[in-house]
Amino acid sequence: MTKVREHLPVILAGLVVGIASVVLVALGNPVNMGFCIACFLRDIAGGVGLHQAPIVQYIRPEIIGLVLGALIMALAGKEFKVRGGSSPMTRFVLGFCVMVGALMFLGCPLRMVIRLGGGDGNAILGLIGFIIGIFVGTLFLKKGFSLKKSQPQPKIEGLLMPAVGVGLLTLVIAAPAFIFFSTEGPGSMRAPIAAALVVGLVVGAIAQRSRLCMAGGIRDAMMLRDFHLLMGFVAIFVAVLVGNLIVGAMGLKGGFTPGFAGQAVAHTDGLWNLLGMVLVGLGSVLLGGCPLRQLILSGSGNSDSSVAVLGMVVGAAFCHNFGLASSTDGPSFAGKVAVIIGLVLVCVIGVGNTKKA
Amino acid sequence: MNQVDARGYSCPEPVLMTKNALKNGTPLVVLVDNETPLQNVRRFAANNGYQVTWKEVGEDYELTITK
Repeated sequence: MTKVREHLPVILAGLVVGIASVVLVALGNPVNMGFCIACFLRDIAGGVGLHQAPIVQYIRPEIIGLVLGALIMALAGKEFKVRGGSSPMTRFVLGFCVMVGALMFLGCPLRMVIRLGGGDGNAILGLIGFIIGIFVGTLFLKKGFSLKKSQPQPKIEGLLMPAVGVGLLTLVIAAPAFIFFSTEGPGSMRAPIAAALVVGLVVGAIAQRSRLCMAGGIRDAMMLRDFHLLMGFVAIFVAVLVGNLIVGAMGLKGGFTPGFAGQAVAHTDGLWNLLGMVLVGLGSVLLGGCPLRQLILSGSGNSDSSVAVLGMVVGAAFCHNFGLASSTDGPSFAGKVAVIIGLVLVCVIGVGNTKKA
Repeated sequence: MNQVDARGYSCPEPVLMTKNALKNGTPLVVLVDNETPLQNVRRFAANNGYQVTWKEVGEDYELTITK
C-alpha cells in the first residue's frame, strides 16, 4: 500500500486552497467564490473587453498568481519542460465547451466544492453531474481515447502564457482607461490586488507541486481505485466547511448557510446545474484535467494546456456576448441549447479520437 | 523486453498504457518525460503489488516494474 506520507502534499494543498478561498471571500471576493477558475477567467475576458457584461469585468490577480506560482515552482523543482502540439484545436474546443458547461452551473469544479462547503445545495446536483461526466470520460479512455503525443518545444513557447500573466498584471495595476472594472455585481467584489496575487502565487505553487486536480481525483478513483487525488478534493471541502463555520461565527463575510434558494451567485434549476457539470466533467477528463489543473500546467511549460485555457477564455466571452451564461434567475434558453450542442460536440471529439485497443 | 514509451502522453494515459502492458507480464520498462506520470505510474504499480525502480535518463525517466 502507498504510504500516508505520499498523500500528505495533496491533502495539504487541498487544505490551503480551501482556507485561501474562505480568506479571499472575507477580504472581498464574492461569497462562495473565493477561488473559481471559470468565473475568474470569465471576469478577465470581460476586463479586457472581450465581452460587455458589466457585472463580470475584472482582471483577477488570483489567476495571474496561479500561473506565475506554478511557473516559479516548476522552475525551482526543475520540472519546467516545455511541450506542446498534442491536438491543439481539439483542446481549444474542449476548453470552450468546459466553459459553456461551467457558466451554465455558475462555477468550475473548484467552485463546486467551495459552494458545497458553503452549504449551497444546488452544488450537490452539480457534483452528481460532474461524476456522471467523468464516468462517461473514463469510458472513452478505456476505449483508447487519446489526444496523441506532445513534442518538446522551445523554452519561449512555454514562457508565453506566464508573459501574458505579467502583461495582465501590469494592466490591472496601471488601470488604463481602456480596460474594464465592474462597479456592481460579482466583478466589483474583489480582494485587494496584492492579497489576491499572493494567495494565487501560493496556491499555484502548491497545486503545481501536488498535482491537485478535481477531475483527476474522481477519475482515478473510478478507473484505477487510486484515491490519492481525491483526498485533495475532500480536503478542500473540509477546509472550506470549517473555515465558513469559523468566519460565520466571527460575523465576517462568508459563512455556512445551508439551502437551495438564495445562494450566492447560483440558481436553483437542478437539471441544468447537473447537465452543465456533466459537460464540465466529460470535457475535463478528455483534456486530462480540470480548469485549475489546465491553468497550473499552462504555467509549467505545457502549451497544450495554455491552448485549453484560451479556449475557456474565448468560451466565456461567447457565453456573455450571446446570453449563454446563467444568471441567479436561472439558465437561459440559449444556454441550454449551447450545453446540448457542447455535449454532442465533446462526444464526437471523444469518438473521433478513440481507437480500438 | 516488455516496454512502453509513454513520453509525450498526458495523464492518465501513461498509467493506462502501463496497465495494459502489464497484462503481457513483467519486467516492464516504462519511459515517461516528466514527474507527473513518473509519480502516477509508480503509485499505480505500488498500489497493485509491483516493485518499481526508476532512474533519470537524460531529460526523461525510465521505470522498471517487476512483480
